[in-house]
Amino acid sequence: MNPVASVGRATLNFLAAAGRLTLFAGTGAMHCVRPPFHFRLIGRQMIEIGYYSLPVVGLTALFTGMVLALQSYSGFSRFNAESAVAVIVVLSITRELAPVLAGLMVAGRIGAAIAAEIGTMRVTEQIDALTTLSTDPFKYLIAPRLIAGTLTLPLCVLAADAIGVFGGYLVAVNKLGFNTSAYLKSTFLYLEVGDVVSGLVKAAVFGFLVALMGCYHGYHARGGAQGVGAATTNAVVSASVLILAFNYLITEAFFAR
Amino acid sequence: MTGIRKAATGTDPTIRIRRLCKAFGRNRVLDELDLDIGRGESLAVIGGSGTGKSVLIKNIVGLIQPDSGSIAIDGVETVGLSGGARDEVLAKFGVLFQGAALFDSMSVWENVAFSLIHNLGMPRREARDVALAKLAQTGLGRAHADRYPADLSAGMQKRVGLARAIAAEPQVLFFDEPTTGLGPIMGEVINDLIVECVQGLGATALTITHDMASARKIADRIAMIHAGRIIWAGPAEDIEESGNAAVDQFIHGRTEGPIRAVAHAG
Repeated sequence: MNPVASVGRATLNFLAAAGRLTLFAGTGAMHCVRPPFHFRLIGRQMIEIGYYSLPVVGLTALFTGMVLALQSYSGFSRFNAESAVAVIVVLSITRELAPVLAGLMVAGRIGAAIAAEIGTMRVTEQIDALTTLSTDPFKYLIAPRLIAGTLTLPLCVLAADAIGVFGGYLVAVNKLGFNTSAYLKSTFLYLEVGDVVSGLVKAAVFGFLVALMGCYHGYHARGGAQGVGAATTNAVVSASVLILAFNYLITEAFFAR
Repeated sequence: MTGIRKAATGTDPTIRIRRLCKAFGRNRVLDELDLDIGRGESLAVIGGSGTGKSVLIKNIVGLIQPDSGSIAIDGVETVGLSGGARDEVLAKFGVLFQGAALFDSMSVWENVAFSLIHNLGMPRREARDVALAKLAQTGLGRAHADRYPADLSAGMQKRVGLARAIAAEPQVLFFDEPTTGLGPIMGEVINDLIVECVQGLGATALTITHDMASARKIADRIAMIHAGRIIWAGPAEDIEESGNAAVDQFIHGRTEGPIRAVAHAG
């Protein structure tokens, strides 16, 4: 086999896939902003993506905040900077950890579920049936999930911010001997609106990406149960990688000087 | 002969297909296929697996875009249509899919009423009444209306699929392998229901099947597709004397003949 040809074929396949994904995202986004809107479906998806993800996102944030307090205390105590623990916890949680970890947890939980549901609809001809019933699958299946993902992940992250900071507070006050009022004062003294807003913007983008990858891979599923399984795996992996890549891009956009 | 027996009355056929081509890679599935289906006529397209039957029906209903050729519905060219114009054409259609393709997140009556609620804007209560009437037409009672598709047998799912297909009283009905996966008795029940529904609506019907008993029961006219073209078409009762070796081989299930017993793609 000619190695140059293999590289060329792989490059062309990658570009074709990127083009298909871009077109899919564009069409999906267009249906998100153009009426009619299926409010009942959007509401159902918001409950599925947001409400039912809250326990796992909350637990992740709680333990992350607790570990962060322990780790930063352990590190900063080496040069007598223990007072920075509260600031480190709140900035790390709001700017990075809450949106990224919530995004990854939701990618595993919701991205997989969306891909499996839409993939099953594809291989059992339910999407074809929708089309023959004069219903655009993008309007009926894709747009509600994209809208719900974009709107609800920021709400989850807002909750995760509070829970994560509370986790750090619990460890700092009960285990590391911090004074309650001093810890809370440090937490809020250095926290800026931009810190929270940047996390929420990330969450909105991640929510869109998770829903997009679930929809995209499900919509293009082929070949029965095996195809649906592959779509599910691809949705989770691609959403996770995109979350990490976009996390860097958004961080640079917000904080690079 | 128990075919639907509705003679074409209009001047233009309801479905007129000319030089239709569709290939997947190098596999030419439809090769300049021509076909007419008259108004009120019930046509069955028969053919072996992979001969392009499903591709033909998907091209007509717009699920696949042909590479070239023409598909006119009631004289309106539909190839390349999109948006509202495509929806207008689709509103004339009712489709029964091979596996019924019921929406498994919805109850039986919601499946049947889908088009009424989402396209015609009918209130849910009224749409439910219509759905119950359509379900009754296919032999399913109120007890089944609130169940989910996963709770139903394959035969019941086909009945629900049929009720959904006729719910909006379409002018053209498509049946994709309506008896596949069913036992002989349930297959016969579905055939009878199809004949009743098509007659009741006065609709034009296109059935694709490889079940000769079904084709004879449902259709006024039968066409055989092979190698991407219609190689024979005629009244259902004439098929035994088609004079075509491939048709004879297919309807008698012989392994020897012009049709090679090797599956094509598509």
